[in-house]
Amino acid sequence: MAGAGRGHGNGATNGRSPRYSAWDLARRGLTGEAWPPAWRKHELRPSYDVVIIGGGVHGLATAHYLAANHGITDVAVLDKGYIGGGGSGRNTAILRSNYLTPEGIAFYDRSLELYRGLAADLNFNVMFSQRGHMTLAHNDASLRTMRWRAEVNKLVGVDSEVIDPDEVAKLVPRMDVSSEARYPILGALWHPPGGIIRHDAVVWGYARGADSRGVQIHQNTEVLGIDVVAGRVTGVQTSRGAVSAPIVVNCTAGWSSLISDMAGVEMPVHTFPLQAAVTEPVQPFLDPVVVSGTLHVYVSQTDRGELVFGASVDPFASYSTRGSLEFIEGLAGHVLQLMPSLHNLRLLRQWAGLCDMTPDYSPIMGPTPVEGFYVDVGWGTYGFKAGPVSGEQMAACIATGATPELIAPFALSRFAAGELVGEKGAAAVGH
Amino acid sequence: MITLSCPWCGPRNVTEFAYGGESGARPDPATATPQPWRRYLYTNANPAGPVTETWLHRAGCRRYLVVERDTTTNEILAIRRPGGAPSTSARHATTGRATEQRP
Ligand SMILES: Cc1cc2nc3c(=O)[nH]c(=O)nc-3n(C[C@H](O)[C@H](O)[C@H](O)COP(=O)(O)OP(=O)(O)OC[C@H]3O[C@@H](n4cnc5c(N)ncnc54)[C@H](O)[C@@H]3O)c2cc1C
Ligand SMILES: [Zn+2]
Repeated sequence: MAGAGRGHGNGATNGRSPRYSAWDLARRGLTGEAWPPAWRKHELRPSYDVVIIGGGVHGLATAHYLAANHGITDVAVLDKGYIGGGGSGRNTAILRSNYLTPEGIAFYDRSLELYRGLAADLNFNVMFSQRGHMTLAHNDASLRTMRWRAEVNKLVGVDSEVIDPDEVAKLVPRMDVSSEARYPILGALWHPPGGIIRHDAVVWGYARGADSRGVQIHQNTEVLGIDVVAGRVTGVQTSRGAVSAPIVVNCTAGWSSLISDMAGVEMPVHTFPLQAAVTEPVQPFLDPVVVSGTLHVYVSQTDRGELVFGASVDPFASYSTRGSLEFIEGLAGHVLQLMPSLHNLRLLRQWAGLCDMTPDYSPIMGPTPVEGFYVDVGWGTYGFKAGPVSGEQMAACIATGATPELIAPFALSRFAAGELVGEKGAAAVGH
Repeated sequence: MITLSCPWCGPRNVTEFAYGGESGARPDPATATPQPWRRYLYTNANPAGPVTETWLHRAGCRRYLVVERDTTTNEILAIRRPGGAPSTSARHATTGRATEQRP
């Protein structure tokens, strides 16, 4: 079924969002005719075929592919806030597929493939910029891990290679590659297909795609409880009333263990805040995304010229999204060790989002011991790039009742079985 | 910055401490089967609200302490020595510099 619904371009029908085109832009510019909303508001119905909890990229992509690939349109996406208000609107939008395990690489590479065609598929400009992704090695141990990653990547067919400091300097002229640096750069893992994307546009594009196929998106609708009868899910209790549904999907990332608790499903998830920051805009000078695991920092330059900085998760678990001074101090110090010439730049803002960390830095996807209750969680600090493939595969899983091969390694049962998919070496800092 | 009041050293910045996670009873390694052992290793309550955890005063006395904390606000509810009663001066509100914005 995969990909069966790609490339649909619906015309304007029943108050749905019209197909965006240069012609329509010009026409509305001249006539002043308003744009209809890209997704609509609805009364909450008492029952749906599928209820998806969480209106981030995962929930919305799952809804979109359920409708587009499988014709399942009696679907509600419920979010307690606004769509994209969780990690999907707070991440640093790095996409890549140079993971460490063959399972991980194959999975994330399918996502990159879908991302490459997404703007055309959704008729929505998602601004995917494949500018290359570079992970620096400052010591022998990380250089070894990078060689290992590069070789596994090549075997699976992913463009990835280890480069030396001269090549690093050519790709990033501002970087301090001298041997005098506190942590000299010994080499880097270079992954040309990686890049950044406009995260909000991805969320809105999927919302519009799902809405135009009949999916209902309900914002400000909090799930307060999940009804389970004799080991089977029957519906959810929400702040707007009860909804019955034979299938309920948990796509709530940082809040996902709270939702699974409601269904009585135990999960090895620990919620940590992850912070990021952005500077004032400057002339474009930085092309690739640059990550340093040793310095716990990564940086990219947006199309507007702002530098986006990120790091590892906060040092203790929390559901609070407050920024901290110690984070920003540490971050600034590390950025300057990499690029001393940035010392005059001013930070515009910092923020935090919640990350559902798992013991092996891999997601938890598929069915659970409660029949009809599915999870697509454990997205930690790296789940935005997985939105399209997760939506596609979760939709197939729900529609066919069988777990697709691509997500089988990520089953909840792997923890009890002791079959972890260790991705820490490729996901701890470079999300 | 959050302040933790070490039962031995007094109030210190959180950056002096290492987070050890939720406190829980360890199954006996000699008799535990893989199932309860893996559950102990991987699964935790992850509550949004009060939780009891173990911390280490890494850059201080290097002793373990028990911290009760509200994970939604990071307010410290109580701090005590392992196995001991709560220390008296343990209530410290958070004073983190806050920005809650979207990228
Ligand atoms: C600072 C930062 C940087 C990151 N950088 C990257 C990166 O560069 N690349 C990358 O791939 N990933 C990155 N990530 C991770 C990525 O953002 C997440 O993994 C991803 O967005 C998760 O998407 P989601 O749809 O599963 O969840 P979310 O987008 O978090 O959505 C979950 C939704 O569930 C809703 N919800 C919660 N509880 C309830 C309830 N009871 N009832 C109804 N709705 C509820 C929330 O309101 C929320 O909207 C980063 C994360 C952060 C915080
Ligand atoms: Zn102490």
